Amino acid sequence: MNNIVFKLNNIGKVYNENEKNELTVIKNLNLEIKENEFLCIVGPSGCGKSTLLRILAGLELPTEGEIYYRGKVLRKPTKDIGMVFQNYSLMPWLTVEENIALGLKFQNMPKERQKERVNEYLEMIGLTKFRYSKPYELSGGMQQRVAIARSLANNPDVLLMDEPFGALDAYTRIQLQKELLRIWEKYKKTIVFITHSVDEAVYLADRIILMSRNQGAIEVDIQVDIPRIRDRANPRYAELNQHLLDALEELNKGQ
Amino acid sequence: MGISSNTLINMEKIRKEQGLTWLRMINMIKNNTMENKIRRSISFVAPTIIPLLFIILWELFARKVGNNAILPQVTTVAKHFININADVIGIGSIPKNILYSLVRVFIGYILAIIAGLPLGLLMGYSRRVKGALNLFISLFQPVPAIAWRPLVLGWFGVMSVATIFDLDYGPTYAIMDNFKLSMIFLIFLSAFFPIWGNTMFGVSNVQQVLVESALVLGASKKDIFFHVLLPGAGPNIVNGLKSGLTAAWSCLVAAEMLPGSMSGLGYLISHAYELARMDLIVAGIICIGVIGALFDGIYSRISDKYFSWQRLVR
Repeated sequence: MNNIVFKLNNIGKVYNENEKNELTVIKNLNLEIKENEFLCIVGPSGCGKSTLLRILAGLELPTEGEIYYRGKVLRKPTKDIGMVFQNYSLMPWLTVEENIALGLKFQNMPKERQKERVNEYLEMIGLTKFRYSKPYELSGGMQQRVAIARSLANNPDVLLMDEPFGALDAYTRIQLQKELLRIWEKYKKTIVFITHSVDEAVYLADRIILMSRNQGAIEVDIQVDIPRIRDRANPRYAELNQHLLDALEELNKGQ
Repeated sequence: MGISSNTLINMEKIRKEQGLTWLRMINMIKNNTMENKIRRSISFVAPTIIPLLFIILWELFARKVGNNAILPQVTTVAKHFININADVIGIGSIPKNILYSLVRVFIGYILAIIAGLPLGLLMGYSRRVKGALNLFISLFQPVPAIAWRPLVLGWFGVMSVATIFDLDYGPTYAIMDNFKLSMIFLIFLSAFFPIWGNTMFGVSNVQQVLVESALVLGASKKDIFFHVLLPGAGPNIVNGLKSGLTAAWSCLVAAEMLPGSMSGLGYLISHAYELARMDLIVAGIICIGVIGALFDGIYSRISDKYFSWQRLVR
């Protein structure tokens, strides 16, 4: 079952190529992402992790190298690769249920089936009561739940998440981490999750990648073999956490 | 101020009986205090106080001046609104002139929407189209519509809706001849820029993250346009339509002062001026003001009803 979902060959990304303010964000990056893998990408801000995720989403094209999604070159966004943004990504003029149904509408799914699907995912995130609310009436945590439901309702093959809990308070964040794991176990998606919190990565991931500001080089690539649900008091959890924090600090020193 | 625990227990009882949330309950209590009732009735009356004071002062000054050709008395002006259907200075009643003005404004306004809205959408959507056209169109924006008057007269002369449709002489011709192309063109010009500009601004300012989140949900270009850019630009578009109508309406007086015009609120004012009938001028100004405020009010209602999300986002 361990199919390769993404294969990145010597990816490079340069902004403003051949101009005075040319900026190389990523250089010679090689990466394979397996099916059903929960991959967390950690790194200091400006290390190119968001750029990498946008390349995986097809929102940006690499300036060098190739990216393959299921064996085919990826050139533009597709409904099979869903993405959850950090915040404010819901259509503010649509209600919660209309937002969740948005992707289904783009696929011209019949109204009846849209409704079933929306009901299922509203229940999953526990916001059935808020189906007619507008996003601005919801808290940040609720908005992110809706954004996740909207992506999943589309039944994507891969879910990319760009610091989806970064703007939430600590308590809500932990709640949503638990929920995300529950959802992941139920629907079995490949998830690529970006965070700058080492703790979040250790709590969630099967595999953690540490990127540095040095042109997006992958400095650490480790498997996390702590069984779920992970206990933050587990010594191995703390050990791994510390190990990654040390590595991050080392990276920052080098800058 | 203290509330006894008994009061609280009773309140909780009532709340449960009525099936209210605490927030709703507290709001109900707040809204029902005497102080609040007074406050609400004051806020209802307040907007009328300043206009009333204004009218009183006006009347006092007018009596002091004692010359209708400088400042007419309130009663002289009010007479026109009481005998609203009376013929004034040989150009028909005030409502008839209002109607002519409204028709002119709406013809010019609708043409401005037909041209400005799609152009604004297109230029907001495509950087290439914007790059090609923006400078050219922007050159005309600062020119007040009235500056076009001599040119427009040269182009269109006395052409009117009646002459372009080649109507036979008769009552219909007489009415349709009131709608001169020169006037309509000036109204069109003044309404066009706010509609075009606001629409373009609205479309190009839709948050990038909304476009991207639609893309990753599998949206086509058409979907992006109709389900993201158009609704996202909605508040700005309505704002443009509102400013466009206001601009068109205020351009009216200028347009109706063009030679060949024999009717309309603008003509009423300029003709009344020739006859030194200040009372009619003031009546005309009041009509222009009230109708303009009505237009504004209608669009504000639309905005509040459909775009409440915009004020509350973030």
